[in-house]
Amino acid sequence: MTTTESAPSTEYRVIGTNPVRPDGVDKVTGRAVYGADVRLPGMLYGKVLRSPHAHALVKRVDASKALALPGVHAVLTNADFPEPLEPVMQTVRGPQPTRWDTERILAGRKVLFRGHPVAAVCATDPHVAEDAAALIEVEYEVLQAVATLDDALAPDAPILHDDGLASLVDGLFDPVDGKPSNIARQFTLGFGDLEAGFAQADIVLERQYETAMYHQGYIEPHNATAVWNRDGKVTIWTSTQGAFGIRQNVARVLNLPLGDLRVIPAEIGGGFGAKNVVYLEPIAALLSRKTGRPVQLTMNRTEVLEATGPTSGTRSWIKVGATKEGKLLAADVRLEFEAGAYPGSPVAGGARCALGPYVVPNQRVVGLDVVLNRPKTAAYRAPGAPAGEFPVESILDELAEQLDIDPMELRLRNCTALGMPRSDGAVQGNIGAREVMQAVISHPHYRSETVGADIGRGVAMGFWQNGGGESSAYAMVHADGRVTLVTGSVDIGGQRAALAMQFAEAMGIAYEDINSLVGDTDTIGFTGNTGGSRTTFATGWAVYQAAMDVREQLEQRAARIWECAADEVAYDPSDAALHGPDGKVMTFKEAARRLPGTGGMIQGQADIVSTNVGKVGACFGAHIADVHVDRETGKVTVLRYTAVQDVGKAIHPAYVEGQIQGGAVQGIGMALNEEYVYDSNGRMLNASFLDYRMPVANDLPMIDTVLVEVPNPGHPYGVRGVGEVPIIPPLGAIANAIHDAIGVRVTSLPASPRVILELLDEQAGGA
Amino acid sequence: MQALKYARAASVDDAIRLLRDGGEAARVLAGGTDLIVQARERRREVHLLVDIKRLAETMVLAYHAPTPPDAPPGFYIYPGLEVGAAVPLYRVYGDPDVQRHYRALVEASHVIGGTAIQGRATLGGNLANASPAADSIPAMMALGGVARVVGAGGTREIPVAEFCTGPGRSALQPTEFIVSLYFPPPASRSGSAWERFIPRNEMDIAVVNAAAYLAFEGDTVSEARLALGAVAPTPLALPDVAAALVGRPLDDAAIDRASAAASAAARPISDMRGTEAQRRRLVGVLVGRVLRKAAARARGEEVPA
Amino acid sequence: MAKIAYTLHVNGEDHEVYAEPNLTLLEVVRDELRLTGAKEGCGTGDCGACTMHLDGENVTSCLVLGVEAQGRDVLTIEGLAQDGKLHPLQQAFIDHGALQCGFCIPGMILSGVALLERNPHPTREEIRQGIAGNLCRCTGYTKIVDAIEAVATGVAH
Repeated sequence: MTTTESAPSTEYRVIGTNPVRPDGVDKVTGRAVYGADVRLPGMLYGKVLRSPHAHALVKRVDASKALALPGVHAVLTNADFPEPLEPVMQTVRGPQPTRWDTERILAGRKVLFRGHPVAAVCATDPHVAEDAAALIEVEYEVLQAVATLDDALAPDAPILHDDGLASLVDGLFDPVDGKPSNIARQFTLGFGDLEAGFAQADIVLERQYETAMYHQGYIEPHNATAVWNRDGKVTIWTSTQGAFGIRQNVARVLNLPLGDLRVIPAEIGGGFGAKNVVYLEPIAALLSRKTGRPVQLTMNRTEVLEATGPTSGTRSWIKVGATKEGKLLAADVRLEFEAGAYPGSPVAGGARCALGPYVVPNQRVVGLDVVLNRPKTAAYRAPGAPAGEFPVESILDELAEQLDIDPMELRLRNCTALGMPRSDGAVQGNIGAREVMQAVISHPHYRSETVGADIGRGVAMGFWQNGGGESSAYAMVHADGRVTLVTGSVDIGGQRAALAMQFAEAMGIAYEDINSLVGDTDTIGFTGNTGGSRTTFATGWAVYQAAMDVREQLEQRAARIWECAADEVAYDPSDAALHGPDGKVMTFKEAARRLPGTGGMIQGQADIVSTNVGKVGACFGAHIADVHVDRETGKVTVLRYTAVQDVGKAIHPAYVEGQIQGGAVQGIGMALNEEYVYDSNGRMLNASFLDYRMPVANDLPMIDTVLVEVPNPGHPYGVRGVGEVPIIPPLGAIANAIHDAIGVRVTSLPASPRVILELLDEQAGGA
Repeated sequence: MQALKYARAASVDDAIRLLRDGGEAARVLAGGTDLIVQARERRREVHLLVDIKRLAETMVLAYHAPTPPDAPPGFYIYPGLEVGAAVPLYRVYGDPDVQRHYRALVEASHVIGGTAIQGRATLGGNLANASPAADSIPAMMALGGVARVVGAGGTREIPVAEFCTGPGRSALQPTEFIVSLYFPPPASRSGSAWERFIPRNEMDIAVVNAAAYLAFEGDTVSEARLALGAVAPTPLALPDVAAALVGRPLDDAAIDRASAAASAAARPISDMRGTEAQRRRLVGVLVGRVLRKAAARARGEEVPA
Repeated sequence: MAKIAYTLHVNGEDHEVYAEPNLTLLEVVRDELRLTGAKEGCGTGDCGACTMHLDGENVTSCLVLGVEAQGRDVLTIEGLAQDGKLHPLQQAFIDHGALQCGFCIPGMILSGVALLERNPHPTREEIRQGIAGNLCRCTGYTKIVDAIEAVATGVAH
């Protein structure tokens, strides 16, 4: 059941309805072509040889036996990469030496995590490639693994990046006490007077929390298929959230001109942030250059878990001070995030979001980005925010308990609002935080009693600032009144539908008359990745602008036909018709039909940077979780779950619900049973779907959703990105529900049965 | 996956011959849900797979009730349940006789993987794979199961309780394989139950599993078998703990004693699926639960899995 | 490795296969028959993306050798729609918004069909049980359960 908390709207005809997605039939019939489904004539299959050690020097790589195996065509090592033209590259998480990126893709002097690629081979079939990879001899000098945050921060810790390249970038790996360290970056956000804030507080709480390292868990493994033509042009098919980002990354490590590299995004089998990073693409391209044939590589599940980009394991410390009425006066937060083998954890995202839902007049948020011998982390849905907000949502629950205030009421008393400052200095725009909190308080789930032994309820908020950036769109009007709409946004969650709907709304034409497609890097203008909850917002803007362009061109065409001035003609989407002087009317269909004879077909287009056209609308959500805890086994069962979220305006409500439900379940996985388990040598012990425990269907109740609609004034239809926020609240909501059920505070996630039993033992011991 | 050959056995003797000719790296293929993964990941050397799925002996699924006292003279059918080694689990738990008489087996086979695994995986394969955490083995132990084994040396019977000799190791000799599993008919006032603990509700390898079979005469336990999984290098039968239940009513005190004794008898390790302490504790919990459930079933109560 | 020849009966048609015996049914169907609807998500039978029906029974085709399936009826997602018409469950998945990235969907639908064939009127709990071997990471399963329930109860969307 879904409820939508807004006045029934009559202003839209298409927006707010639930038409079927253009990719629906292909996906239910198995016809959709994903990256690993691409087959090219003469294609070779590649395999990556990976390090069994988490930290080692690579002394020698000998591929002679592999090359001698029948069917093997080429072997690749880091030496095949060119020296980067630009020694420093920009990344979303700051600049870093470009050389590190080629060494991440194929190791150079050192391997820095188990699963680190050391060499690659290609052969006529994947089994031969696998045999060949096993024949490549690598001599390692094993170094002590930096397996944990404590290992990494120890004064005498082995230093991962000892090659001197860090000095290329200001502020990267600054010495600590005059010595090299594994702290890549450290920063502080905040404002106000902390000391004064705590001094005025009636109550001060101070706690520590941890969250495990989690994987995005998309079901489709990474893959890449490349053709390096003899004319120097390169084409890559890959599963990615952004073809342009992949093009940029590959071009940078291969010194290719952007125009020579075409990246075609295949249908993508889930990404959640992680499929913006190149792993196999440059390898496939270089193997293709060596062999003159198409080369495809796919990862297996172990490779995906061991060697792609999970999220950071984190440790945090938080201190809050409040009045006895529950008004927050001060908050001091320290977040330590594992970056993995190379700098770039999402700690900044965590720090920006940690206190996001609340007004805290005096605050400091410190973030540390720490390297250790684990795979380099990548973005995962609201990167950094689940681990950043979990400590806050937990300590607020404790504060509410101690002050005997309803936990959502306590949050409401501190709710942020338009014009209030955020930790990073930005100011909140028109947001729905208060409406979300109020919707929780009045929701039947929240108002009901929990009944039964060892059953409890928890609530938590989530905040994500959302993304904007660049997007392109063009719309070709056909003579029969149909429109082909092309955007650069890879479709993961139904964007083709949501974008076509916005175009249909802007034109007043039927959704079914639009063929909505995803372009590639040679067929559409630059468009940012599908990520950060930006697509329906930013590419939606581009689509809207493309519709405006079509409308203007149609007006000019009608003016020519009617022999009047263009400004005497107006396109009205409410009847999908052009209106001219003397009551002249021409429908869109009629205008389209007359295009060929009046100057030719038209196409509307737009290239936008969303900051120029509108304001990204920040997003808030709140979840209510009821759980049962089996005191004998420690197992937590989620009994009832409701996710409330301000979605701005739901373009396609069913797909918005799907985003919220999927995100919530990923967050439930983080809260309960997902985690990377490592041994002290940096070896992952659970690198399979068998033991990396993502929620299965019968672990879960129905995820009920409530769509609160506080339109974003920065978007023509009020859109806010919705995909990120729902992964954030489950961590706090479930931990708080566990406390309500059995009286123990989970401070280290996941709250696996082992953890619950240990907490119950502590509780029994302390009682 | 490693290179390998495939042969479909035309008869039991043919299978023996293929295994003998194939040498050490020849393996019997039933459901393949463990073996194919092992071959793919090169954890087990396999050069030849001998498929035994189309033999009458390995596909049998038949239950015969004990011969009634009023049966005509000379009428005798060997009573009990015969499950061919290649019968997929969904047929086992879907069989009305198995559901009526061997509830522990139903419970164990119903949760091994999802339905797509149950369409392939077999009791024989689960036993031959000899995983310490195998879900069906404790259930088979508690039900007094016997593996019927053939090989170049002839035919023999190995009680399931004696079958596993270490992680992935069994009493099978080269060329030997399991043809079928036999379970004696349960006593008239008896019940069995199986439970496992996993963090999720599906897919996981057991942190601990436990099975019990109880028969009663009046209020007194007349027969008892208990077995555990994932708490020792092999699935673990607990004959002493079970024996202590016999000859007295199954009251709370008896159950608590059995739970404590089972916890003490377990020899778990700590690994990423569970710690030693967690497993010992779970043994106590699960033994209590399966005893109560088996007893309720012996009383004729409907107890859901 | 020596290739062997055998016949596979897939979606009602015979296909002559000449391939190495170590190829899984999934590999044979994807690479030799070029029916790429079934996906490999894990290769260990844990995700269900490769689900097919073998003689009507749900199987993870990554754990079946191609040669094992000779002489048996194999149904893949490509064979589910009949006479150009989607199976009701395929239609329900579209109508209920039960798919996002779509990668798990071929396997999920086949598990759903297998469930409904064995149990035409499952409860929501039985539906969840029936698809518990199929991982989906996008949807949180709610709308997938809705879609299967809609077909089971005959409620068109």
